Amino acid sequence: MTISVYIPSPFRWLTQNREHISVDGHNVAEVLDALNTRYPGFDNLVYDSEREIPAHINIYVNNREIHELSGTETEVVDGDQVAVIPALAGGAGDGDVPATASVALTAEEAMRYSRHIIMNQVGSIGQRKLRAAKVLIVGAGGLGSPVAIYLALAGVGTIGIVEFDTVDLSNLQRQLLHQTEDIGKSKLLSAQETLHSYNPNVKVIGYEAPLTSDNAMDIIPNYDIIVNGADNFATRYLVNDAAYLTGKSLVDGSILLFDGQATVFKRGNGCYRCLYPTPPPPGLVPSCAEAGVLGAITGIIGSIQATEVFKQVLGIGEPLLNRLLLVDALTMEFRTMRLRRDPDCPLCGDHPTVTELIDYDQFCGSPPLVAPGTASAH
Amino acid sequence: MSIQPSAMWSRGKEGTAVAVRVKIPTPLRGLTSERDTVAAEGGTLNELVQHLEAEFPGMRERLCDDTGALRRFVNVYINGEDVRFLDGLASPLKEGDEISIVPAVAGGC
Repeated sequence: MTISVYIPSPFRWLTQNREHISVDGHNVAEVLDALNTRYPGFDNLVYDSEREIPAHINIYVNNREIHELSGTETEVVDGDQVAVIPALAGGAGDGDVPATASVALTAEEAMRYSRHIIMNQVGSIGQRKLRAAKVLIVGAGGLGSPVAIYLALAGVGTIGIVEFDTVDLSNLQRQLLHQTEDIGKSKLLSAQETLHSYNPNVKVIGYEAPLTSDNAMDIIPNYDIIVNGADNFATRYLVNDAAYLTGKSLVDGSILLFDGQATVFKRGNGCYRCLYPTPPPPGLVPSCAEAGVLGAITGIIGSIQATEVFKQVLGIGEPLLNRLLLVDALTMEFRTMRLRRDPDCPLCGDHPTVTELIDYDQFCGSPPLVAPGTASAH
Repeated sequence: MSIQPSAMWSRGKEGTAVAVRVKIPTPLRGLTSERDTVAAEGGTLNELVQHLEAEFPGMRERLCDDTGALRRFVNVYINGEDVRFLDGLASPLKEGDEISIVPAVAGGC
């Protein structure tokens, strides 16, 4: 049965601008299958994640909408005309709220993410999972930059960023989110601008304050996955405890000099306290500002963190759980150490003593972080 | 004159000169003339630390606190296994073991 199918203009990028395509099929489903075979990705335009025709797509057989016929089972015969008509949103009715996983991809999304979608492990359903995902990144600096950029490029729908610093000239050797013209600007604003220019589809929610025991429980529960790009131990322990207490998985990374570390913490698989039970006394482990850091190592570790988020959202591969990945840029060796849940861990052990957030500045013996502009004069 | 296989693969004996390799993280390479891997000896981790200190003065202080216990923000792994889940400083070593020193670092900077 040769059927002529009308392709609406928003979908014609997929059909080399052809308006009418002739395919074979005995019913609408077969016709759509034939179109997808000839133009891979067509399914993403007309089916949702349950492989139903979503409400904003109408399909007509000889000018009758298939819902009043037999749906995709509607039979077609030689010479029938099938038309695929999407509702044209005009103002993109989604507003700035990312569409959920059940809404079909737009033509722009299907094209933008086509190198991901074409992979079996992703597909249109995976891309919609990414769009529905909410990921919080703590810090928009060396690690936060590549993580945020790769997640935005991949179409992660909601990216939260906690950052209160301003862009400094010395940041620009490694912090991809910020550019020379951003010096003096709020890092959060700079990050939002950069991410939107990379991908306007992504919603970026900013928290322009230090993460503290007072605000962490208001922010973290709103996200599915937490990514640690903090630059100090107090925040690292805070993020660890808050992520554990709210049951969120934490994609951890840290860098210094030519070295990087990365791992994933999830309930039952250990936490940062199992890895490092106590922080070093202040001053004993130098910071990047004191010791230096290779710009590109932030890209290596940040990309690994972004990859772990991607895998986790899609539920593919083996997460970097129970393993501490060590990267030595000088020898270019990647090694993994076994990471175990410590039964004596005060947070996730058998008899926890840390059951709510504590004073992390006191725990780390460090002075509290103060946002610029709020610091009292001394 | 022949090497006894049993001696070669013996483990856990104090005073046994077991040859191992130690991976040094970049923050500690100032002590090892920037070498990323050093050869060292010791029947136990404790003896290894003493050996490292003799060859690279200052190493013990980076690994152990004033009481001689391993610092809790520096992890030591024997073939990828955290010694806190083995026998700590008393953990036995065997010929060819790879010891990794991994300090906590704060940087996301």
